[in-house]
Amino acid sequence: MKTIFSLIKLTAVTLILFAVIYPLAIYGIAQIAPNQGKGETISVNGKVVGYQKIGQKFDKSNYFWGRPSAVDYNAAGSAGSNKGPSNAEYLALVQKRIDTLLLVHPYLKKSDIPADMVTASGSGLDPNVSPQGALIQVKRIAKERNLAEAKVKALVESKINSAVVGPETVNVLELNVALDQLR
Amino acid sequence: MNTELIGVIGIFILTIILAIPVGKYIAKVFLGNKTLLDPIFNPIEKLIFKISGINPAEEMNWKQHLKALLSINMLWFFLCFFVLLFQGSLPLNPDNNPSMASDLAFNTAISFLVNCDLQHYSGESGVSYLSQMVLMFLQFVSAGVGIAAAVMVFTAMRERTTDKLGNFYNNLIKSCTRILLPLSVIVAVILTFNGTPMTFEGKDTITTLQGDQVEVSRGPAAAFVAIKHIGTNGGGFFGANSAHPLENPSYFTNAVELWAQMIVPFAMIFALGFFLNKRKFSFIIFGVMTVGFLLLVIPTISSELNGNPAIAKMGIAQTTGAMEGKEVRFGPAISGFWSIATTVISTGSVNSMHDSAMPVSGAMQLLAMMVNAFYGGCGVGYLNFYIFIILAVFISGLMVGRTPEFLGKKIEAREVKIAAFIAILHPLLILAGTALASYFAANDTAMGYWFSGNATGWLNNPGNHGFSEMLYEYTSSAANNGSGFEGLGDNNPFWNITTGIVLLLSRFIPIIGPLAIAGLLANKKYIPESAGTLKTDTSIFGIMIFAVIAIIAALSFFPALALGPLAEFFTLK
Repeated sequence: MKTIFSLIKLTAVTLILFAVIYPLAIYGIAQIAPNQGKGETISVNGKVVGYQKIGQKFDKSNYFWGRPSAVDYNAAGSAGSNKGPSNAEYLALVQKRIDTLLLVHPYLKKSDIPADMVTASGSGLDPNVSPQGALIQVKRIAKERNLAEAKVKALVESKINSAVVGPETVNVLELNVALDQLR
Repeated sequence: MNTELIGVIGIFILTIILAIPVGKYIAKVFLGNKTLLDPIFNPIEKLIFKISGINPAEEMNWKQHLKALLSINMLWFFLCFFVLLFQGSLPLNPDNNPSMASDLAFNTAISFLVNCDLQHYSGESGVSYLSQMVLMFLQFVSAGVGIAAAVMVFTAMRERTTDKLGNFYNNLIKSCTRILLPLSVIVAVILTFNGTPMTFEGKDTITTLQGDQVEVSRGPAAAFVAIKHIGTNGGGFFGANSAHPLENPSYFTNAVELWAQMIVPFAMIFALGFFLNKRKFSFIIFGVMTVGFLLLVIPTISSELNGNPAIAKMGIAQTTGAMEGKEVRFGPAISGFWSIATTVISTGSVNSMHDSAMPVSGAMQLLAMMVNAFYGGCGVGYLNFYIFIILAVFISGLMVGRTPEFLGKKIEAREVKIAAFIAILHPLLILAGTALASYFAANDTAMGYWFSGNATGWLNNPGNHGFSEMLYEYTSSAANNGSGFEGLGDNNPFWNITTGIVLLLSRFIPIIGPLAIAGLLANKKYIPESAGTLKTDTSIFGIMIFAVIAIIAALSFFPALALGPLAEFFTLK
């Protein structure tokens, strides 16, 4: 019996250390982190339009589109499609996405389309596309917005994040915010 | 693409280099030597033991270790189970998430207790912040239990003839305070400053740039994600685990999280060398593990970089490799590397969806968990490997016709029986579970209480891949890994209860076995080394261990792998 009380007391005191003091200490430190640890946001004219790290749905033709999402960019959840590579239904869906992209971008060749634009991300909230994924949309955007194609292309190129190691990315929300400011 | 491979190699080598000083530190902690952190932790530990009335200097034999380990685990199980069962009406629940059903609470409590974190729920909607905090507590102590058990085995290997093997509570608390806590603080702070949230506010509602209303889940994630990796737990704060952009915001945080999950398992092996003063022995073990690890990693990265052949036939560009279930900021090379790191190490966190990985990668991920002895989870990795050492010593002894000895102790029938039982238990649990689930799926049985609808309804993919989903779930449970082919519909009584039972058996029996063997050996008479002693710190012995591991894994699992990922590989060609 004495041991059981000892174990309960040991559990209680370690619970306080690891589940209360530890997270509160990190919470305290987070107060000097970007946006006090609440997640970095992007604002336009003082109004929050999204989280910098969270992808959002763009399906209007005058915005750059992101990747397909298994949760339709609903950030109250997150998931991938979990479709296996040989699943016939899944492969048909990928084919359909390719056909749709070709339909709205009639100037494209199939081999221009990068895989990330026709496959769903792991989280369903991927904020990025590959540079090629943004570049294939330039001509459509330029036409929709009556802008010079070279100008839009330059904008995309200025938004490519490349680091010393790791893949190059384009943040779709940042790109579209900058696009809205382009005259 | 080249910079991606440089990233992979860089992170791996950096972790190995840093694991040596960390290993030295771990050895010092458990030898009771002075360390830099003593002034901080001595008073804290003193207070913990004073409040709980436990004497950390009391020596225990192996049976007392086991008794203490099992009783405190049982207590933690009930604590967690009841919090999950009533979380809906308990405080710290800003998103008003409901209480868990009893079968889900059973599975979740067990899976965090055993350092697995299978997670048949999604973090955003399945648990309250209070539950997340209790689960985080288990992430600390379950890793601590693994290390404490391994340290008892270390102690038994070090002593000549004794039944005094240190104090379990002392090992447990020191693992948590002196190893897991400082490393977690470092990782949590790095994550916080790189975009992982640490807030107690609930969901945020925003209007997007093109005018849609959307809710964004947040929470105290940074503290949670840090211990999830340092303790090789793997339970994610958000549903998508480390693929979620808030849980793992960039290529840099991804490198930090990879480092975090590899550091303690790597360091434990070096700690063994420093602890026993047999550095060469630990290098041999580390070498065997690394060879096994690389044999799994290389095919995985190469198949992910090559992309999906079925999509290649459609004529698009797969210059970035296979992208289904992957995030653009990581790319396929580091995602493939992570998928093997997380499966050999029993973390089970994911930064890409394993269900959508190429068939070869799926086979390698499965094999990593089937072997379950390359690096391995906090502490338990070495315990699993210890079983293979005993078997290798025994077989080598038979081959040269001598009584097998290991570190001056005779290995006799009793120890070998225990080791053989543990080695057989792992495939038995995996294959029996998979056979049961496949039987129902093949007959499309109506499952009644156990699952709403017919058994094929739990599959997300047809054919061989569907079989792999079921095989993966039991393999992940038996390896206490926690990753999944997440398409599987696993939140129902059938999967919650069957995997819950597998989790319990596959955690505690493989802890009891090595502790018993080590305790029995420690009690035996010490035989000084002679010309006839089998040298355990040679590469020949390393090859011997590797052969034992390969033969056991290949014989037990080849048929199952052939039906699942290998068959899928050939249909995709």
